[in-house]
Amino acid sequence: MIVSELGQYIQDKIVAKFGEGTSKLEIHYDFPVLIVSKSLVYDLLDFLKNDESLAFNYLTTMCGAHYPNAHTEMEFGLMYQLHNFENNNRVRIKVFMPKSDLNMKSMTPLWPAANWMEREAYDFYGFIFSGHPNLKRILNMDDMNYHPMRKEYPLEDATRHDKEDKYFGR
Amino acid sequence: MKKNIDINAAYKPDGIEGEGYFLTTLDKVVGLGRKNSLWPLPFATSCCGIEFMATMAAGYDLSRFGSERLSFSPRQADLLMVMGTISKKMGPILRQVYEQMAEPKWVLSVGACACSGGIFDSYSVLQGIDRVIPVDVYVPGCPPRPEQIIEGFMKIQHLVETESLRRRESEEYKKLLGTYGIQ
Ligand code: SF4
Repeated sequence: MIVSELGQYIQDKIVAKFGEGTSKLEIHYDFPVLIVSKSLVYDLLDFLKNDESLAFNYLTTMCGAHYPNAHTEMEFGLMYQLHNFENNNRVRIKVFMPKSDLNMKSMTPLWPAANWMEREAYDFYGFIFSGHPNLKRILNMDDMNYHPMRKEYPLEDATRHDKEDKYFGR
Repeated sequence: MKKNIDINAAYKPDGIEGEGYFLTTLDKVVGLGRKNSLWPLPFATSCCGIEFMATMAAGYDLSRFGSERLSFSPRQADLLMVMGTISKKMGPILRQVYEQMAEPKWVLSVGACACSGGIFDSYSVLQGIDRVIPVDVYVPGCPPRPEQIIEGFMKIQHLVETESLRRRESEEYKKLLGTYGIQ
């Protein structure tokens, strides 16, 4: 199946199941991308996994993202990338949310692989995954008190004193 | 024909010599012994560790300096060689390794990362291991060549040789460890 056909096929299945206007299809290079509303994500991924003709059995990856210049309702995003081993079909699901509400249902009941990836998204962006068995930091030190990939924090280490302007004649 | 090779394993310390005896200070004898039998613990976390492998291998051969035997247990090591990027999460582990080493102990910080965080001026990287443990000799470079590592090692040897036997009991030394919160 070529990519646009595949995307349309998945889109049609979703519309038939969840109704009109629940997902928006985009084609990014060779990848069908579906942007869906937040309240639906868990049921929709459940459907993509368990529906017989779709059968996306594998969660390739997932991650968080922060777009500081986007509309406030679209500031934070999560991305799930799924793979159907049998037909070698792949699809990407995106969901956006405002900073005030970073709660999301954990996908660990569907794919245990989501466990560490959700911990990473929590660690770096502060998403809260309800139903996650062990939601704590995974890569950063435990006593870090912010989420470093959010754009409002500087990338540099804040504890250095050798980069003040006076040392460079500025 | 036999070639006359001048083998000079270790220099004799200053002292008074006569028929069947040799007098010198205990400091010097102990210093001589320690200097030529350092057991390094290689704490290699990234690219600088690769340079250390070259340093240890046949081409540069660190064993020429008496450290034939690398120690992978901190309890038996007396030189901690830190080579590579130390992330903040690794900091407490490095510190624990240091604390497990028995006195007397020395620390050699190899490479820009271990000395100052290097190119990784980032939220996740420790900006120099001297923020968690005291360091005796710094070797700059990204990465330093094996010759540089060996020079740093020889500087450590010099410190070891000339260190007073009582240094580790001194108030000054205790105060230094105190600034790192190490008992
Ligand atoms: S100083 Fe350079 S070579 Fe050494 S660990 Fe850091 S980045 Fe790698």
